[in-house]
Amino acid sequence: MDSVLFPKGVKRCSLPMFLLGLIPVVLVLLWGVYAMLLCWIKGLNQTNMNDSYGFALWIWADLAVIAIGGGAFFSGLLKYVFGKDELKNIINYAVLIGFICYSSALLILAIDVGQPLRSWFIFWHANVHSMLTEVAFCLSCYFAVLTIEYIPLILENRKLNEIPFIHNMSHNMHGAMAVFAATGAFLSCFHQGSLGGVPGVLYGRPYAYREAILVWPWTFFLYTWSAAACGPCFTILVTKMTEVITRKKLVKDKVIHLLAEISGWMILTYIIAKIIDTIYWAQVTAPLMGFHWTEFFDSARSSLTYHGQWILYLEIIGCGIIPALILITKKGRQNTGALWFAVAMATLGVCINRWTMVMQPMAMPVMTFDSWNLYLPSWQEWATTILPVAYGIILIAISYRYLPIFPQESELNPSD
Amino acid sequence: MKEGHHHRKEKKFGMVIDLDKCTGCGACMVACMAENNVPFKQNETDKLDSITWMRVYKFDNGKKFPDTEVCFLPRPCMHCEGQSGHSGHSPCVSVCPATATDYDTDSGIVSQIYTRCFGCRYCMAACPYHARHFNWWDPVWPEGMEKALSPNVSPRMRGVVEKCSFCFHRYQLAMDEIYAKGHRDFDEKVPEYQTACTQACPTDAIVFGDLNNPNHEVNQIVKPDHNHRLTGKSGNPKVFRLLERLETNPKVYYLSSREWVRRAGDNYQGEETPENYKVKEVHH
Repeated sequence: MDSVLFPKGVKRCSLPMFLLGLIPVVLVLLWGVYAMLLCWIKGLNQTNMNDSYGFALWIWADLAVIAIGGGAFFSGLLKYVFGKDELKNIINYAVLIGFICYSSALLILAIDVGQPLRSWFIFWHANVHSMLTEVAFCLSCYFAVLTIEYIPLILENRKLNEIPFIHNMSHNMHGAMAVFAATGAFLSCFHQGSLGGVPGVLYGRPYAYREAILVWPWTFFLYTWSAAACGPCFTILVTKMTEVITRKKLVKDKVIHLLAEISGWMILTYIIAKIIDTIYWAQVTAPLMGFHWTEFFDSARSSLTYHGQWILYLEIIGCGIIPALILITKKGRQNTGALWFAVAMATLGVCINRWTMVMQPMAMPVMTFDSWNLYLPSWQEWATTILPVAYGIILIAISYRYLPIFPQESELNPSD
Repeated sequence: MKEGHHHRKEKKFGMVIDLDKCTGCGACMVACMAENNVPFKQNETDKLDSITWMRVYKFDNGKKFPDTEVCFLPRPCMHCEGQSGHSGHSPCVSVCPATATDYDTDSGIVSQIYTRCFGCRYCMAACPYHARHFNWWDPVWPEGMEKALSPNVSPRMRGVVEKCSFCFHRYQLAMDEIYAKGHRDFDEKVPEYQTACTQACPTDAIVFGDLNNPNHEVNQIVKPDHNHRLTGKSGNPKVFRLLERLETNPKVYYLSSREWVRRAGDNYQGEETPENYKVKEVHH
């Protein structure tokens, strides 16, 4: 029915089958939209946030999706600036995933603020000292860059590409893409870093606070580094999941292994920096603020509490050192199970890092007569956080069906 | 940050609360709510989402009866000067992306501009004192009570952050009166500017005034140590500030003759005491 819109030389399921498959996802999406409308109409009393947990699930989701969306800028940097031409076979998908992640972050932010209609004040009354201002500017600019990077892909749709004007426009945009990729990498380095600065500058919150280099706290550099390291792992993870769902090989192993190897070395160097940061924080920063680092974790009741120390070890060892060691070794990369495990754990690791930097500072008492706070998100918060996942699946499904996302697909699947 | 007016001396309004006098009666909280049109819910049991510009904390010395001692600690906004002194690098002011909270160098008061706040709550995340509150609901007063609201303070809408303003509207009224009488600044001839909590305290536990004025009682109690590297550090051994080590430089001071109370004002490890703890060598 819609086969004229498919990319050349590939096979897709029938339209009814495609639409049928999307129904559960659309239902989840509608659930999320309903929760979103509740939050906009009735206000943030629909959440379980409170005056101690002013930053909660949504801010974590923002930081996390932006971190895992970092595959777009880092793959772009590798391909267009460092000349890793092999990555052209996965760059489209990295851009699409990045576009989904960043648009999701903007949507979640729009739900998260108490007065969404005043969001533009962040630009109009900008406080240049605020890390959030830097985030807002770089995030908006980089989302514009991602949109520019995604547009040529849409224009390459078989039918659209038959129109000479669109064909030429798409061709010219491709020609200029290196400039946009470099701009995107620059912007992304800054906003990933600024997001790290958001907790890092909180000198009233000892868990989050880090010493600064010039005007940027350590977390500025760690966030950029970790997004560059773990973002590509998420790109690989989603590519692998897409291959399972479509039951097709979409990207050659050589490409995946190249990205995985670079990612592995990035994770290894990042995790070394993270360990140094943690030791300095525990031995120097925290004591000067009057704390022993173990007080930052709620281990009074048991070592496995919601805010227990286990989360630190899981992040550094389970989701840092182990995936790094798998990905830097040829044997590890070539073992399918190990590769799956490593990219999944690395993705989880960067999400845990963002989780602890958002939740732990809110939960722990700073005043001696204060107490630990626990928070469990309301269903509206869960629904609006899952909403972008549903939106992402739909956009990927539509893009995969109608756009030439994977240049190697027809070569790898000759029977199509 | 606003430039100071040259025709007036810069002030630094602050507060000393004598914890040995505080009985925890809560009059300061009630006065604050009435004065500043602070909204409340029908059920105020959950203190994590109720708005208390002034909140009285209760804690004890951790000893069993009959050695138990209790302390009540009223906590308004600390109006922090921040790490760089009177320039306003307060934890909250420095992070607000829309300049909706500001440090007034004329008075040292940290303001909150409700119509500019878009509710990101970054300031709340930055404040270790929990002095900032979010309006999770639109304010609703029992029927008829809206007639008793103060006309000098605008009620806040849902979705914005609010906090203690040191009754800034009273400062403005005092300044109006000063100008109306042909004066340029606070002096002996005009009524002094006081906060509602100060006036409501039945034991006179709260003293409020200009910390820069050596003739004022608040200055005489605090005895600011101008030689100390930390702005506003008290020279009175019985005076302390909450979380002094974080270098937020609050303008709210506490007074107590009890050592364990002074120790409860901050976090110390092992042998450290409020007098001998290690300090940072580098400022950022």
